[in-house]
Amino acid sequence: MIAQKEAPSAGPSGEAPQETFVLNLGPQHPAGHGVLRVLMTMDGEWITKAEPVIGYIHRMHEKMGENRTWAKFLPNTSRIDYLSAMHYTHAFVGAVERGAGIEVPPRAEYVRVITSELNRIASHMVWWGALLSDLGGLTPFLYAFDDRELILDLFEGICGARLTYCYYRFGGLCNDVDDDFLRGARAFLKHMPPRLKLYRDLVTNNIILRKRLTGIGLISAEMCRKYGATGPVIRGSGVPYDVRKVEPYSVYPKFDFKIPVYPECDSMARYLVHMDEMEQSLRIIEQALDQIPAGPVMGKVPRVLRLPPGDYCYAVEAARGRFMVRIVSDGKDIPYRVKLRTPSFSNLSLYEEASRGMILTDALAMLGSLDLVIPDIDR
Amino acid sequence: MKPTIEQLSAAFSDLVGTRTDTAPAAPAPVQAVDHKRKGYDFDATVASPQVVPAAEILDRLGFALDAVTGVDWIARQEMEIVYDFFHPETSLRVVVRTRVPRDNPELPTISSVFPGANWHERETHDFFGIRFLGHPNLAPLLLPEDADFHPLRKDYQP
Repeated sequence: MIAQKEAPSAGPSGEAPQETFVLNLGPQHPAGHGVLRVLMTMDGEWITKAEPVIGYIHRMHEKMGENRTWAKFLPNTSRIDYLSAMHYTHAFVGAVERGAGIEVPPRAEYVRVITSELNRIASHMVWWGALLSDLGGLTPFLYAFDDRELILDLFEGICGARLTYCYYRFGGLCNDVDDDFLRGARAFLKHMPPRLKLYRDLVTNNIILRKRLTGIGLISAEMCRKYGATGPVIRGSGVPYDVRKVEPYSVYPKFDFKIPVYPECDSMARYLVHMDEMEQSLRIIEQALDQIPAGPVMGKVPRVLRLPPGDYCYAVEAARGRFMVRIVSDGKDIPYRVKLRTPSFSNLSLYEEASRGMILTDALAMLGSLDLVIPDIDR
Repeated sequence: MKPTIEQLSAAFSDLVGTRTDTAPAAPAPVQAVDHKRKGYDFDATVASPQVVPAAEILDRLGFALDAVTGVDWIARQEMEIVYDFFHPETSLRVVVRTRVPRDNPELPTISSVFPGANWHERETHDFFGIRFLGHPNLAPLLLPEDADFHPLRKDYQP
């Protein structure tokens, strides 16, 4: 961090001179996770303006979408938010299936839900570990990664990848899940509840954590709406907005699950939403494993995929909120335009307004509670 | 408050009367769409100066800003600007679109109505060179700070 002094200006009505300075946070810092830079104008410990500077790992995925076929762009979508790749590929295959009118077999949809929810838990675990290491507690990170490893092993077994999965295909899945996966998922359902209790006893009810997060980093529901913030951020502001319920897709309407909502609007509310969501994801996985039908996992897809001219949208609830793909086709086998609407981008855009007047350490805790993934912002 | 398609149609009917020739020969300027087939429920085409009143209508009805983006229709020499909105309480999704001439792509900003549009419009300016008049800071967001190119224009050569 490099501080740079500005000329002091006289305060109003004869107070001590108001001196502000610019504090540069990032883009590379050992404690940061990703290349996010924030230019903070400070008045002592207090922030008068915090301006995120983004784009350091911008890769222009949307341009890549315009120079390759629909299928060749699919692996790109798993590299936008590398922590919830299943959701992102789901949105893109969903948009193309919608445009081309491809039917997906029920078994494939169930497997998509199971893998998506496992991915959500894995993603929340990384967030949990990263937030706590932001706050100075390094041990929980190791606990979370220990449990997350089980999910990554399951995914590796079905699609070979541990992070950037490209498991969904237009019309279904690249291959069916095997018995090992189903057994492993069942075992994970048994393994996880005691671990979540451990997380709760060890961390959630820890007085230091509570004092760092409670009542701090307020984001109102109105601010969420104006900035398009979604996911745990809007649900921590008392709005039960979840794409799985509000704009249902796949086979989510078949399952009984709750949307965790906390009306406190503070960092702790966002923390608790994340923790409760892991339990709800386990419930969904259990129901899906009970109900999963037999049958094929691939529908009928034309050899050369051409979408009728027009635009098609598909939104999913990714781990960080609403991810929407808007594709425009001009009838060729290559997309005319691919727009990726990512949740972290919108969730970070409110930071300048929300962090005004906060103490630096609190603002950093709040930044952690927003659950940012930088490639998701920069695309 | 949960808005309906009828409310939207009524609110938008005033805006549609004054479309300009730059708007496309779209089937109908305001129409309800099948969500299952398209992924949104309501599609409104307005003239470019009317994006601000359109955003104000949607703000009043409780919509949230989803995204702002562009499409380069180079064959027609037009730039399309697409505004997506979602509603936090209902499944209603609204698309507002407008077109501007490609050689002079300008239209007013909606960042005074939805502050979240600030970044989306900066990004659209980065990628397409579309100028949002009245925008507080149209500096490059995702591209390098000295970027003078617009990579999503169809005639862009790296």
